[in-house]
Order: sequence, then structure tokens, then C-alpha cells
Amino acid sequence: MPIPHRKFDALIIGAGGAGLNAALRLASADLRVAVVSKVFPTRSHTVAAQGGVNAALANVLPDDWHWHMFDTVKGSDYLGDQDAIEYMCREAIPTVYELEHAGVPFSRIDDGRIYQRAFGGQSQNFGGDQAARTCAAADRTGHAILHTLYQQNVRARTHFFDEYFAIDLIRDEEGAILGALVLEIETGETLIIEAKATLLATGGHGQVFRTTTNAFINTGDGMAMALRAGVPLMDMEFYQFHPTGVAGKGMLITEGARGEGGYLINGDGERFMERYAPRALDLASRDVVARSMVTEIREGRGAGPDKDHVMLRLDHLGADVVHRRLPGITDICRVFLGIDPAEQPIPVFPTAHYAMGGIPTDRYARVVAPARHGPEEIVPGLYAAGECACVSVHGANRLGGNSLLDILVFGRAAGTDILDYVAENPNHRPMREADIEPALTRLGRWDRTGEGESVAAVKADLRKLMEDHCGVFRDDATMAEGVEKLKALRERVEHVRLKDQSRTFNTARIEALELDNLVDVGMATLMSAYHRQESRGAHSRVDYPERDDEQWMKHSLYARDGDSMDYKPVRTKPLTVESFPPKARVY
Amino acid sequence: MYPTDAATAEISAQAARLRWQCRRGMLELDLLLNRFLETGFAALDDAGRADFVRLLGYQDQIIHDWLMGQAVPADAALRQLVGQIRAAMRDGPAGAC
Repeated sequence: MPIPHRKFDALIIGAGGAGLNAALRLASADLRVAVVSKVFPTRSHTVAAQGGVNAALANVLPDDWHWHMFDTVKGSDYLGDQDAIEYMCREAIPTVYELEHAGVPFSRIDDGRIYQRAFGGQSQNFGGDQAARTCAAADRTGHAILHTLYQQNVRARTHFFDEYFAIDLIRDEEGAILGALVLEIETGETLIIEAKATLLATGGHGQVFRTTTNAFINTGDGMAMALRAGVPLMDMEFYQFHPTGVAGKGMLITEGARGEGGYLINGDGERFMERYAPRALDLASRDVVARSMVTEIREGRGAGPDKDHVMLRLDHLGADVVHRRLPGITDICRVFLGIDPAEQPIPVFPTAHYAMGGIPTDRYARVVAPARHGPEEIVPGLYAAGECACVSVHGANRLGGNSLLDILVFGRAAGTDILDYVAENPNHRPMREADIEPALTRLGRWDRTGEGESVAAVKADLRKLMEDHCGVFRDDATMAEGVEKLKALRERVEHVRLKDQSRTFNTARIEALELDNLVDVGMATLMSAYHRQESRGAHSRVDYPERDDEQWMKHSLYARDGDSMDYKPVRTKPLTVESFPPKARVY
Repeated sequence: MYPTDAATAEISAQAARLRWQCRRGMLELDLLLNRFLETGFAALDDAGRADFVRLLGYQDQIIHDWLMGQAVPADAALRQLVGQIRAAMRDGPAGAC
């Protein structure tokens, strides 16, 4: 039976903040917009973002977009592209007001203006006093933004394909993107969505690591689709880890716990940070604490029966302090561990949180890839925004409050540019059977029957492998071994079989397709990390502890074809202001 | 009385559907809801199962507040169910997700 086709002006894959902000811009301009989401849109991971959105509104303390830009460039450890960062910091201001007008209930100060709180890494006057730049809707900013954007999209008549899984992009002979093959999860039926422009807004890939704060849905689907369409992934080695996640589960235990006086002990009960950071102790920088924890475990001093975590002690602080000042941590411990942190230590392990790397784009959210005429040729008809994209505004390290900003500004930018693109390209490009074939082959592979390993077993091994070989402890030997193991694991995936071959709500098939994606983004992450022989931002190597601007102030590009690495220069020239030259990143 | 093949198929289709409904935007909900689906759901009677389906229809943030003990559902049946989901996590095997 032929696969049905539906035609839209724009296809958006992913319904978090980036996808929905782009969709709203397009649907409001009366374009026919399809949004494909594997879960109901308001269950996207944006809902979990508690912090807020940075914008130099200067409502609480003096501020300027240029100071915000300085902080972002410095925070990126000078790997961020300064044209994109200038654009983002300038656009932050109208973006927040636009959201306010759309109905996001931002917290207020007494005179009615939007309240702004101070976050780490924010300064006045280019590195001076603390700034207050983060706009929040209480502690549920992501939730408020996602629901507001969803409701506005329903009003603007965006067409939602809820619980549809995108299999792959469809690409013609010339490399233009024509839409995607998608699968309706409920029925198992396939559908081809043809679009003049396609936006990938599928979020991050934290599920590639065993311990992560990311929801189960964060499997790097869009990144892997881009890879399979011949687009490289950029700066994938830069992944943010928080030192203290609940071991074996991933939820974040905020740094506030150590700020209140909590400290880490190993399996022998020793306060081991005294050896690694005698002065700062448990309040040393995130990467130092995280690497010290993993070093203890690697050297056999972990806690628990498998010696695979360390413990965070708060019991000396007293029940009153713990329960009153750390209520969120108290709740997590009670619900997930059945313990009271005022009485028992918490098992912790570094937890994977946020990807700085992703699909390379310019500041209009157009996907760019190396081609005949240079490293940044536009892939016709393809856009990316949000955590799956790499503009790059975060460079080697993201500042708090800049991730919601990224998804909103570049979701909006994608919408704006797609409007122009569709105006200039008013017709759908022809789609041939051969263009669809690769996507069908990918799906059909999971119809093979017979004996084989389970998806769950291979996925568990992948996540452990990534944690052991590309987590917070990185050196040449550890990662070289990881690359070999991951290549072997990729071979194993070929022999995985699905027992359940039913069509209706076959979630096993979806999890198998997600496994394919995780393996691809895992390899991109590991290869990029293995090859970058320096420490910069979140990429911290034991064997190359210094930043090396001469050799490595450049973006990594991993291509799936041959697992090859390429590089391109950082865009150090802003749009209208002077460049910020690299300096030591000291706070 | 044993269930018919059709009834068994219906139950497994419902379980698969619910499994996907337990995929949420927050890790905490993924862990709690999936654990309960695997260990507690089968023991629920029809009314309890209907309550679970009803619970999944609420917004992530609301379910999060209930399950983390930061708010309490006004509905008595949901209140009981929230207690059961929390107990399934607390009493389950250590380290399992």
C-alpha cells in the first residue's frame, strides 16, 4: 500500500520551546504548519526548566545587553560565535516582552515590572559587580512558557501530529530537505510529511549517559537524523555535568546542599575533597568536584555494594536546616530513596545535564555544513533550534538562564527566516521514490525477526559505556578504549531483534529507533571528545589540563560517514561591537 | 474464568498505551510512573486503573507537585493513588529505575 503524503509549508519536529515558538511565528503569518511530537506537546522537556530566561531588562539592577554578551562569551570559554551571541543578547529583550504579551506569568517586582534574579556568571560592566538578569515565573518558568506557547499555537491553528515519531529526513539528490517520514505510534502507520522547510527542534540527548537529569524522551533524535542526512554534528564533546545527581537515578541535588555545609565522603567515610581542593573543599568548581568523585570510585574507594558512587552528608546540619532550607532535596530523598537526608547520607554521582553541541546552524537557525565552497554552506530547506542545535551561543559551557533564552530566540529566528524562505520557494520540490528509500530501510530493519539481543540490554550497556569512557573523567586511554567498545556495541545493534512485531502502540519499536539515535549521538560525542586535546569549558581532560587557543580555538565537526572529524574556525567578530579576545576564565 | 485472547490483547494494548503516556517531560515523573506501571498497576481494580488514566491526563507540573509531596490532590481517589505510586518507588528494589 502506498504511503500517504501530507503537504505543509513548514514541518517542525519537536514541540518544546524552540519548536513551538517557531510554529507560532509561522502559523500567525497564516502558513500551514505541522508540528510532529513523539509525546503530547506539553510533555516536552522544556517543562522541566525551572531557572528562567536571561535578558538585560535592568529592572532590578543596572544592565546592558553588551554586558550579557560579555558574560556569555566568557562563559563559553571563548568558543561561542560572537555574532550569534550578540544577536541572542540583543534579541533577549524583545523576546521576553513578546512572551509576557503572549501570557507567560513572569514574577513581578512591586511596581509591576518583571522580577529578575541573580545567577552565577552574570556581571555588570564586563566582569564587575553581580548582575540580576534572569526572568522567571516562580520556579516553573519552563512549564509556564511551554503551556503559553502551546495554547497560542492552538489558537493560531498550528496542526499538531501528537505521538508521531520522526523516522528520518527526506533528502533529494541535490541535498535539499523535502520533509520527513514519520510514524504514528498509536497505529504503527507511516506518513510522509512534505514541507518547503523543516525545522529540527528535538532537544537534547542526556539519555546517552547512565546518570542524567534528562527525561526518557531526550534521545538525540534530531541530531541523529541530521547525521544520517549527511550533516555533521558540532562541538559534541562539550556536555555539562552536575557533580551531585542521585546515584543510579540522575535527579539533581542542587549545589545549595554543599553551600549549606554538606560535604562528600567516599566508601571509607573519608572527606576526600580535602585531598583534591584543600581550600575550596566541596565548593570547588563543578568539574573539579565531579572529577574527584569519579577518581575516588575508579580507585576503588566508592561507596555501596558495587562501590560505584560516593555519599553526600547533610546529617550534621540538623533536621531544621535540612528540611527548611533544602526542601526540594528532602522531597527527592524521601520519594526516591526512602531516606531523610537529615539522618542518612545521600548516594551521589555526577549527572549529565545539558548539551552545548549539536546540529551546526547560523544565527538565522539555518543548518550549515561543510561543502564545496566552505565550511558553512546552507543545507536547503533545513533548520535547527534549541538544545539539538549548535549556533553556537554556549561554546564550551552554557550559563544558567541562557538555555531557555536560546530556544526562544532561535526558535523565533527560525520562524522568521522560514517565512522568507517559503516566500522565495513557494512550491514543494518534487519527491522521488528513491528519496524516501533510506528512511524506509531504517524503519524496515526493525521488522527482522529471529533470535537476538534486546534493545534494553544494549541501551544499558551504551549508557554505562558513555558514563565510564566519556563522562567527567577524560584522558586518551579511557576514551580510546571507549571508542573501540562503542564500535563493537554499534555492531551489536545490528543483531538486536524485536520480539513484539505488532503495529498498535508498539513502544518497543520506538525504543529501538531511539537506540539507533543514541548510538549515533554517542559516537559523535565520544569521537569529538577523544580528538580534542585540551581542556576548555565543560570538556576537561586529565592529560591536557590547559586551554590551548593556538591549536584548539575551533569548532569540532563529527561526520557519521567514516566517523571522521573536521574543524572550522570560531566566529570571533560580532555584528556591531568589538570582539572579546580570549582571556583566562577566572571568576 | 480465564480471559479470552481478545481480552488479553486488549489488556496488553492498554498497557502499551499507558507506557507511552508515562513518558513525560520530567525525569522524576518518568521514574515514578514507569515504576508504578511495572509493579503496582496490575494489582489495581477497574476503578483504580481508571484513576491512573485520569492522573496521566494532568499537566506534568501538577503531577510532579503531587508525587513529590508538595501538593495534595483534592480528589480522594487520586490522593490514594499518589500514595501508592510513592510507596512503589520507596519500597521497590534499590537502584532500579
